[in-house]
Amino acid sequence: MDLDYHALAPELVVAATILVVLGLDVALPRPRKYWTAFAGVLGLALAAVPLLTLAFGDGPETRSMLGGAYVVDGFALVLKAVFIVGGYLVLLMSVSYIESDRYYQGEYYLLMLTSILGSLVMASSRDLITLFVGLELVTGPLFLLAGWRKGDAKSNEASLKFFILGVLSTAILLYGMSFLYGLTGSVTFEGIREAGADLLDSGAFRLAVLFTLVGFGFKVTAVPFHFWAPDTYEGAPTPVTAYLSVGSKAAGFVGLLLLCYKALPSVTEIWGPALWVLAALSMTLGNLTALRQDNVVRMLAYSSIAQGGFILVPFAAAAVSNDPAVIQEAASATIVYVIIYAFMNLGAFGVVIAGARRTGSTMIDDWAGMWRYAPRLAVLGAMFFFSLAGIPPLAGWYAKFAMFLSILRPGNAWTTALAVIAAVNAVIALVYYARIGKTMWMDHVPEGADRTSATNPLSGSLALALGISALFVVVAGILPFEFAGVFADLAKVVTTGI
Amino acid sequence: MDWFESAGLSLIVFLPAAGALALFALPKAREDAQKWLALLTTGLTAALAVAVAANFNYGGSEKFQFEVSTSWIPAIGARYHIGVDGISLPLLVLSAVVTVLAVIYSWDHWDEPRNVRGFLALMLLLATGMNGTFVALDLVLFFIFFELVLLPMYFMIGIWGDSAKRRIPVLGRTVTMRLYAAIKFFIFTLFGSAFMLLGFLALYFRSGDFLGENTFDIPALIALGSQNAFGSGTFAFLVFGAMFLGFAVKVPMWPFHTWLPDAHTAAPTVGSVLLAAILLKLGSYAFLRISIPILPDMAREWAPFIGLLAVIGIIYGSLACLAQTDVKRLIAFSSVGHMGFVMLGIATMTDVGFNASLIGMVAHGLITGLLFFLAGSMHHRYHTREIARLGGNQKLMPWMGGIFAFTAMASLGLPGLAGFWGEFMSLLGAYRPLAGLSLSQFQTYMVIGAIGTVLTAGYMLWMLQRVNLGEPKAEWSDHEFHDVEPTEWLAWAPLIVAIVAIGVYPRIVLGATTDAVVNLARTAFGG
Repeated sequence: MDLDYHALAPELVVAATILVVLGLDVALPRPRKYWTAFAGVLGLALAAVPLLTLAFGDGPETRSMLGGAYVVDGFALVLKAVFIVGGYLVLLMSVSYIESDRYYQGEYYLLMLTSILGSLVMASSRDLITLFVGLELVTGPLFLLAGWRKGDAKSNEASLKFFILGVLSTAILLYGMSFLYGLTGSVTFEGIREAGADLLDSGAFRLAVLFTLVGFGFKVTAVPFHFWAPDTYEGAPTPVTAYLSVGSKAAGFVGLLLLCYKALPSVTEIWGPALWVLAALSMTLGNLTALRQDNVVRMLAYSSIAQGGFILVPFAAAAVSNDPAVIQEAASATIVYVIIYAFMNLGAFGVVIAGARRTGSTMIDDWAGMWRYAPRLAVLGAMFFFSLAGIPPLAGWYAKFAMFLSILRPGNAWTTALAVIAAVNAVIALVYYARIGKTMWMDHVPEGADRTSATNPLSGSLALALGISALFVVVAGILPFEFAGVFADLAKVVTTGI
Repeated sequence: MDWFESAGLSLIVFLPAAGALALFALPKAREDAQKWLALLTTGLTAALAVAVAANFNYGGSEKFQFEVSTSWIPAIGARYHIGVDGISLPLLVLSAVVTVLAVIYSWDHWDEPRNVRGFLALMLLLATGMNGTFVALDLVLFFIFFELVLLPMYFMIGIWGDSAKRRIPVLGRTVTMRLYAAIKFFIFTLFGSAFMLLGFLALYFRSGDFLGENTFDIPALIALGSQNAFGSGTFAFLVFGAMFLGFAVKVPMWPFHTWLPDAHTAAPTVGSVLLAAILLKLGSYAFLRISIPILPDMAREWAPFIGLLAVIGIIYGSLACLAQTDVKRLIAFSSVGHMGFVMLGIATMTDVGFNASLIGMVAHGLITGLLFFLAGSMHHRYHTREIARLGGNQKLMPWMGGIFAFTAMASLGLPGLAGFWGEFMSLLGAYRPLAGLSLSQFQTYMVIGAIGTVLTAGYMLWMLQRVNLGEPKAEWSDHEFHDVEPTEWLAWAPLIVAIVAIGVYPRIVLGATTDAVVNLARTAFGG
């Protein structure tokens, strides 16, 4: 076996961290378990170092291993960076949250890091098996994490729903993949791409493609495969929900990107219309349902369904065009959206954690008048929620802009119709995002509510996590250029060979 | 003065935003320092804007001056391209100057919940958005600045606005005005601008067919427009329609105006002033800067329709004014009428009409801005804006009453004051619209518009009679009223001077605009 250890270094560092956390958890007495958190955060930060040396070092641009099944290229590196930074932010948010629950700290970090490791594997996977293993590594620990608050019936329900539907989707996905392998005789994306062109008329092949799409549809919570999400999001511990809505969702999109652009570019007429429908449904139903939510976590659950719809939009553009430039632009729009979404949504969840700690509630109305007693938190909240709404100059505008740019490029009636649907949805979304801003800034503190507590909701690691997200949201919003240039190059990597 | 040529406009745009950030470096309790800082940054910005006007080459006002163009988002070909010409210069100066006056006025007028630092920061952020929109020469940049004004204004209305409750028949429930107005303003504008953005993107893609490279650059697109590159087919129709939605909501034109009375009435005084004086102009300015020069054929086709909506707005606004019982709401509705004249001028598609709309915009900014200041100050003293409870204002506060009467006269278009030119010239323009447009139709508009001027005079004088004249009501008999205060004088005097000056000598505005609009009409319509 010819392994490139430099290329594998980020995964290896995370794996080593998992072992360290496991060891510490066994060795340390209960009152000092918080060292596991420290080790986890530090290990993940260390994992970013080899990413930098890989990205800026002199080595080859593409490092391919295991017969092309595992590749480290620009695309993989940037997505790994997103997963590591996103995971890092989630860990930072978890620290005080999990500490206050006082149990199973070690296991929490162990499972979280395992899930992050899975997403790192996914970004590099270039065949069905590695992709599947990566995906399961992402999802498996999350079943346990969703049920972390064992005493809470909602948390149990969250875990159970997630587990049952997760397993169902995995089965569908695996079924589809087995058909893909059976029909094309290959598990690598290259092989499927080459063989797929001749199988266009095969009904079984169409079915296989649709099954894999459905499988990923569950992972990215696209309507109509979304119904597990709101209950799971609400019941799971909030940092886990943040990870579910960002990390595991982004992993799902990475899977979709790889499948659609790398493995199945020849059958756009199958996945194009399917994703068109998923995008339109997700945006519209996600938004309309989010309008009616009174709990901020449930609202964010539906909002993340709708955001997932926006992220799917560029796929529909890529599907109707043969022009490499258009396809490339679509891929880069998806990647840019995923990255910006990761930061702003994590920030929003950070605000939810801090707000819940300060007010003891995740009901939106209980947050009324927050600026009077927690002004900095209210500023951050307004920032992240309006960024999610796509209001300039916060980063969300560029994500939406890139999305619109890609979907209007083909100039086809269907894609233009999707653009109009997206535009209307962007306006609907504002209503519920603005509602949070309104509640925090314009309503009066509820009568009888005691808000005089001295605890600072923005302390330590949570403040750091929010600070990093806020910085990104502002800088990427005003100066998206560096950023956009990098991703245009990335998209070339993803779409080569089409 | 090389640095001024290259950095002057950027400073005008970004100085206020920098000031907004700097405000947060000051301790929360140091309100005086915060006010001085805000005054300093807006004052400097206004001084720079005046300096730009002083160094402007009026002989070549059709050309963009103080231009800066550097790379911004190369991935999509969006550039940081800014500049002023005769069309944007008066509006830029208006925006910068009114912002300083707003800071001066707010010196000792604070609505609950006070929070001086937050309010000033929003005001400064708003200034960046407004100034930026007037100088942006790239569609993406324009979009960003156009949208940038939303958040500050949303919070301004929602936090410091009027907490009165009102029943909204359409919703079937009672709402707090500031909350209702804030979100209504936000959603209406965003709805329009979402479609505007689709229109911009469509232009971007189509431009590639002619230039070999897609561009968001406004001058480049105008150059294409002058050759009628985008034609008059379905594509141009849809693009014009999408942009029309965005701009018409902002103006606002009837029937997209319903956010305006609520927003103006609920906003704190300074918010209403900035909204009326400047934010409304972003829409009408965009017609002149973007829609007409880039899609001239479509502009000609849409002109009768725009003119129709404009005159409906004039009549509707005036009739609505007659029915109002609240001073501020009355002034708000009067804006619908006045912006109708501005849009009628634009709809004629002639240089006279464009000139009318520009001087109308400046005059409306000065006059309605001042009216909102006055309404705010009167509300401050009477604690009511009910016309029925006021009366004898002239006796209680002679100066205040005098200024109010003067401004109302200016608003109804009294010759010799600024408001006259916009109305008069736009009617004149409608008498002879662009060749090819139906003469009888536009002359009908002219007649309706003329009736509108009579109605305007009617409701303004009637309001003046009820508020200013007569004997004070009994309920005010033991009240002590203090007349116009020093900060109010400081904020209002420049407006009063400008209203008279432009009224007597309209060349102050027209000198800058004429060459530019003649050039606009010639390149767009070849006449």
